[in-house]
Amino acid sequence: MSLSLDDVSRIARLARIEISPAETEQTRDQLNHILAFVEQLQAVDTTGIEPMAHAVDVVQRLRPDAVTEADRRDAFQAIAPETEAGLYLVPRVVE
Amino acid sequence: MINASLKELGAALAQKRISSVELTTLFLDRIEKLNPALNAFVSVGRDQALRQAAAADRKVGAGGTAPLLGIPLAHKDIFCTAGRPTTCGSKMLANFVSPYDAHVVERLDAAGMVLLGKCNMDEFAMGSSNETSFFGPVKNPWNPACVPGGSSGGSAAAVAARLAPAATGTDTGGSIRQPAALCGLTGLKPTYGVVSRYGMIAFASSLDQGGPMAKSAEDCALLLNAMAGFDARDSTSLERPAEDYCGDLDKPLAGLRIGLPKEFFGAGMDAGVRAAVEAAIAEYRKLGATTVEVSLPNSGLSVPAYYVIAPAEASSNLSRFDGVRYGHRAAEYGDLNDMYEKSRAEGFGAEVKRRILIGAYVLSHGYYDAYYLKAQKIRRLIAADFREAFKACDVVMGPTAPSVAFAFGAKSADPVQMYLSDIYTIAVNLAGLPGLSIPCGFDKELPVGLQIVGPWFGEARMLNVAHRYQQATDWHVRMPEEMK
Repeated sequence: MSLSLDDVSRIARLARIEISPAETEQTRDQLNHILAFVEQLQAVDTTGIEPMAHAVDVVQRLRPDAVTEADRRDAFQAIAPETEAGLYLVPRVVE
Repeated sequence: MINASLKELGAALAQKRISSVELTTLFLDRIEKLNPALNAFVSVGRDQALRQAAAADRKVGAGGTAPLLGIPLAHKDIFCTAGRPTTCGSKMLANFVSPYDAHVVERLDAAGMVLLGKCNMDEFAMGSSNETSFFGPVKNPWNPACVPGGSSGGSAAAVAARLAPAATGTDTGGSIRQPAALCGLTGLKPTYGVVSRYGMIAFASSLDQGGPMAKSAEDCALLLNAMAGFDARDSTSLERPAEDYCGDLDKPLAGLRIGLPKEFFGAGMDAGVRAAVEAAIAEYRKLGATTVEVSLPNSGLSVPAYYVIAPAEASSNLSRFDGVRYGHRAAEYGDLNDMYEKSRAEGFGAEVKRRILIGAYVLSHGYYDAYYLKAQKIRRLIAADFREAFKACDVVMGPTAPSVAFAFGAKSADPVQMYLSDIYTIAVNLAGLPGLSIPCGFDKELPVGLQIVGPWFGEARMLNVAHRYQQATDWHVRMPEEMK
């Protein structure tokens, strides 16, 4: 499997990273180099093997559905690029 | 004083032979003098450190005692520190000041340790040479033409150059052990879940684990005593009874069974590294250990499996950097998507982008089964190999890295070559096991690391195994001549 320039543009869109047309070719070559390296996994017979998602088999802990966090809105928003009236500002998404 | 162990420093402070302010000043002055050439620290907080030191001195004056009280240390800049910069080696977080402390930071603070500053690292811990840092590469104190390893390269260089008595690091695929090996330190990656990941900026959550980097196994044991423990804020933190990792340090090694995986002693390891590792194993036989050949037949698949799993998790974790709540936002943009795309394009470096793109691809519709699920199945095979090996031995030993520190630029043009510098360490993360690197000799006048891998929760035994070796040898006390 080898990525095309269109594939790279599609993946970059999925990842929300702008790639200039000038970078696309180099990015494609680098990604294909890495994908060629991981291709060896396909040759391994994994019939009947359960995927291992985590290093230690633990059951997800549950806690009572109660508020445990203090309100620290001011501290958190102090480091935001742009806020107003306690809200985070982004470009208009609804006209 | 700069070569003293943590135990010696603790005793000197408790007996008031030196104050924490004096000790902290000594290291701050060394940082001021030597760091410009090394670039091991991204930020230094002199005033804050001296305030913490004065507080520690007041506690000692009031009769307070604790093993680490008043001892300075450095944190990898991946651990959030309230009121101080936390950059993760990235332009994305170049101006980020965390509103809270990481669990590890809280713990070591509560133990009375003094934070000197934050250490340089590969951007978002993605790298094996510290060359991906937005703040420039770190120089290896043993030879400034060589890399210190990565991603915890700043932590390793800081301790190797005696700019700090100890440091924290994190290890996703070898990022504590490989720089420890390349800089001549002792570095421990604990069993997954032993040290809380709260406030430790996430790279690949199922693999990331924090741990100590110091001059000896005894120092690492003291630090792990303070760092380990349950934390409800990390959903994979393990609820286990507290352990004293110093308790078994002096236990004799007679009867210890060392497993030597034949896959770790094949081609691919430099001759000088092999010689040093084999000499260390001979020393262990003198200390009463026996060796047995074991096999980890799937370990050769660990690097490719890792480069599916880690980027997949990274692409998900790093989606939080969107220029909305914190971090870099592009100066000019059109709509919301354009803001995301430009902010991320500007904020992330080349290696981070590559891994996010690989991750987005292997998780995307139509490829998930072929890449991600396949890699997770192979991960189980790799973990099963270790389980089988530990039936025949108590610890596994081998090289930490295939070569000593390499020159800047030697591997940075080819990502896959760089990935292969972690060929002996990555399987340990995939299996969630504890891994330790200790200095065991030199090749080309650069330190060689011996890797000790234990079964799950085998830290105390591994530290004992390392400590007895360090009682019998002196590789761990050597320091770079230039830094004296």
